[in-house]
Amino acid sequence: MAILGAINPVLMAGLDGDNSWQLKDYVARGGYEMLKKILAENIPQEQVIAEVKASVLRGRGGAGFPTGLKWSFMPRSFPGDKYVVCNTDEGEPGTFKDRDLIRYNPHAVIEGMAIAAYAMGATRGYNYIHGEVWEMYKRFEAALDEARAAGFIGQNILGSGFSFELFAHHGYGAYICGEETALLESIEGKKGQPRFKPPFPASFGLYGKPTTINNTETFASIPFILKMGGESFLNLGKPNNGGTKLFSVSGHVNRPGNYEIPMGTPFSELLQMCGGMRGGRKLKAVIPGGSSSPVLPGDVMMDCTMDYDSISKAGSMLGSGAVIVMDESTCMVKSLERLSFFYYEESCGQCTPCREGTNWLYKVVHRIENGLGRPDDLDLLSSVTTNIMGRTICALGDAASMPVQSFIKHFRDEFAHHIEHKTCLVPKDVQWAGSGFHKVAS
Amino acid sequence: MFTAETLQKFDREVAKYPADQKQSAVMACLALAQEEKGWLPAEAIEAVAHYLGMPPMAAMEVATFYNMYDLKPVGKYKLTVCTNLPCALSGGYHAAEYLKQKLGIEMGETTPDGRFTLREGECMGACGDAPVMLVNNRSMCSFMLPEQIDKLLEELK
Ligand SMILES: Cc1cc2nc3c(=O)[nH]c(=O)nc-3n(C[C@H](O)[C@H](O)[C@H](O)COP(=O)(O)O)c2cc1C
Ligand code: SF4
Ligand code: FES
Repeated sequence: MAILGAINPVLMAGLDGDNSWQLKDYVARGGYEMLKKILAENIPQEQVIAEVKASVLRGRGGAGFPTGLKWSFMPRSFPGDKYVVCNTDEGEPGTFKDRDLIRYNPHAVIEGMAIAAYAMGATRGYNYIHGEVWEMYKRFEAALDEARAAGFIGQNILGSGFSFELFAHHGYGAYICGEETALLESIEGKKGQPRFKPPFPASFGLYGKPTTINNTETFASIPFILKMGGESFLNLGKPNNGGTKLFSVSGHVNRPGNYEIPMGTPFSELLQMCGGMRGGRKLKAVIPGGSSSPVLPGDVMMDCTMDYDSISKAGSMLGSGAVIVMDESTCMVKSLERLSFFYYEESCGQCTPCREGTNWLYKVVHRIENGLGRPDDLDLLSSVTTNIMGRTICALGDAASMPVQSFIKHFRDEFAHHIEHKTCLVPKDVQWAGSGFHKVAS
Repeated sequence: MFTAETLQKFDREVAKYPADQKQSAVMACLALAQEEKGWLPAEAIEAVAHYLGMPPMAAMEVATFYNMYDLKPVGKYKLTVCTNLPCALSGGYHAAEYLKQKLGIEMGETTPDGRFTLREGECMGACGDAPVMLVNNRSMCSFMLPEQIDKLLEELK
């Protein structure tokens, strides 16, 4: 199954798991029609960008920046190569939608990239694919071979005079390479360390050339947006939150997986699609947009709809659309400890506030979890986060801080209990009972 | 240093990048070198650098920066288990404990017979399939509950 559930699916419509990723299947679903039409009718670049703007498509990689606007930043007349780069370095804990996209619908990504290249006058492109998903990288390469053989990418595409060379670049285990400028450094064969911005990639990107980077899902949406028209796509969702979106639901639900639903669908409905809470346990908390977004208490989440504006009003972020669901068996201190370890481990070490700060965050949460917390540790954590936030080259510093702040804000009692009583509020035999591992063992 | 087959694969990677940007292929070539040698000895890293016409130090920096390169020998099968939070909620943490117990080693260690190395991994972008593990950086195993882990260990002789 490509996708576990959907309401009005667009990107994943008509898919049959591993049986329908090939070129012939994509073409049978109407694939590459938009690329053909644009090239045959010589549709002006501005018109393509205007349609993307009309859809109010917002970048699906986490920041939610309007895609059409981003495309319009690319310099029009630039002598030499311009690049489009796809970000499939999906490493934000909780996110697993891009893997399914290149696995089940790789040609939608390729067509989207080719159309983007046309609209921005780019001649070369790369798709940077997360190291751990080698099998999907091979799948994408196979799809590239098919597209090249059929003349949808390469030199003089379909006799139009437009050329676009596209390749896949395989990562090798570094979360930070998901940050767009670290990703460019990585393609250049260097350590993946983010660059100072400005200059932004649109003026100084890959190999110093104008470059636009978008998320996999962003590119995959393009052919469908152009086909149905920007406004129709927008109307699938709600104002300022256009279209459908893939949500990766993980954690304590009966059916974790990817769900494509219109923006603005109530969270409670999504939870229902996932078969509800595992073992019928009570919802405790949800991290709605990948591990870097602030955690929300379950009851707050139950009142949210799945779109940028609703989640942001509730105090968090839609981020990458990774919904991490936690039930009452979850220890929030242990959960935060694991996330803090992740950011400490993955900090690229360039900026002192991030390198030292993430180390402190982990050390302090670790000692609280292990019964060695001190009375002023919560204040210490909060001051470390304020010393990191806004003082770093890239957003990893903020990403490490927001979980700490929000976990303490909403679950302060649990942290205080750990510090005072050196034990967990959640009884040991209940903790992680929701994981479902040992139940099957016996 | 490398077999003709590996060198051929190097060339395929180099061809993806502009002619004056051969260094871009360093990640792929190091991965291929590791695949051939089982791990990445310094000589292999230098040979890759030489092949791509880049300073050995620059290739070394890349090899140390990315987590999936092995700069020390590993067992025949390197098992990387994801224990990050989304997976932990669905058994990732327990799967790691189970493997440690079964193999009698800690994270980062190799079994005395040289068969298995155990690693703790970060999010592999497969959290919906938790518990997940990666075998030798290549093959992703999903829904690894005790029975599936037992079966996998049996198969990996
Ligand atoms: C630490 C960090 C990790 C990131 N990881 C990813 C990622 O895995 N995938 C992604 O698309 N964007 C990621 N981003 C966001 C990218 O920098 C960039 O905003 C995005 O790829 C732009 O595409 P979009 O506008 O289509 O969303 C990350 C950002 C940061 C700071
Ligand atoms: S914020 Fe952290 S990850 Fe980002 S550049 Fe600075 S040290 Fe590196
Ligand atoms: S957290 Fe384990 S694969 Fe994402």
